[in-house]
Amino acid sequence: MMLISCPWCGPREEAEFHYGGQAHVSYPEDPSALSDEEWARFLFYRDNPKGPFAERWNHSASCRRWFNVIRDTVTYEILAVYPVGTPKPVIA
Amino acid sequence: MAEQTTVRPTVRRSPLALAADRLADVAAATGGAVSIAEVPFLAQLNLRLDPKGPAADAAGKELGVALPTAAGVAARAGELTIAWLGPDEWLVIGPAGGEGDLEARLRSALGTGHPAVVDVSAQRTVLELSGPRVRDLLAFGCALDLHPRSFSEGACAQTRLAQAQVVLIARESGAFWVLVRSSFASYLADWLIDASVEFTGPQA
Ligand SMILES: [Zn+2]
Repeated sequence: MMLISCPWCGPREEAEFHYGGQAHVSYPEDPSALSDEEWARFLFYRDNPKGPFAERWNHSASCRRWFNVIRDTVTYEILAVYPVGTPKPVIA
Repeated sequence: MAEQTTVRPTVRRSPLALAADRLADVAAATGGAVSIAEVPFLAQLNLRLDPKGPAADAAGKELGVALPTAAGVAARAGELTIAWLGPDEWLVIGPAGGEGDLEARLRSALGTGHPAVVDVSAQRTVLELSGPRVRDLLAFGCALDLHPRSFSEGACAQTRLAQAQVVLIARESGAFWVLVRSSFASYLADWLIDASVEFTGPQA
C-alpha cells in the first residue's frame, strides 16, 4: 500500500486515489492536421519507463482533485507531488 | 394518457429508520463506551465557489462564519456546520428541514458570479457517535490518525470507513458525525454495531 500525499488533504492511503496515467500528455493543437498514426500515438502510446515516471492521480475518495506525481516505477517511492499545469520538477 | 396519477401522502423514512433500535442498543451493550444514533434529515447543501472571489465573503456573511479555506476544517455558526470538502467546495449542514430556506438565502446572497448551491440533503445521512471509545471504534475501519492531537473538535475529513466513503467531523465533547451515502448507510450501521462488540463484556 502506498502512502500518497494529496496536495490538499495530506498523506492518505493509496486506496483513496484513482490512477490517471501518464502526465503531460497535451491535447494536439490542431487535431484535424494529425495523420491517423499521429492520432493513434496521442491516444494510445504512453511511456513505460523503469524508474521515475510523471503520472496523474485523483484523490477520488476525498477532495476529488487531480494532481501530478513523480513515482519510481521500481521502488514505488514518490519523488514529487505537484499541481496540474505546472512544469515537471527536475528529479536529481 | 388520460389516467390520473394518485398522489399518496408522503411518509418520510430515514435511511437508518430500520436500524434505530439496534443502534440504540449499542450504548447499553458497551456499558456506555460507545453510543450511536442517526441524526436524520439534516439540511445539507453543497457549495462551490471561488474562495478568493466576492462570493466567498458574501457566503461567510450570510452563514455567520467565514468559509474555512484550510483543508480538513469544519467551521460552526450557531446551528450550522460548514465542512471543507475541497479548495472550492464546502458542505453546509443545518437543522432538519431547513434546506429550502438555506438554499434560497445563499442563492440570493451570492449573486450572479459563478457560485453553485445544490441541495444534497438526501445524498447522505448522519450518524452521531459518542462515548469514550469512539475513536478506537472508528480506527477499526479508518486509516486516518484519529488521535485528538491530530483530529480534534472542528476537524473534518472525507475518507473511507470500512471501505465506505464518508465525511468525518469531530464535534464537541469527543463526539463524531459520520456522514454516509444513504445507500451505504445500513451497511455502515451494521459494520459499526459489529465493531462495537469489541467493547462489550467485562473487560470493556
Ligand atoms: Zn485530497
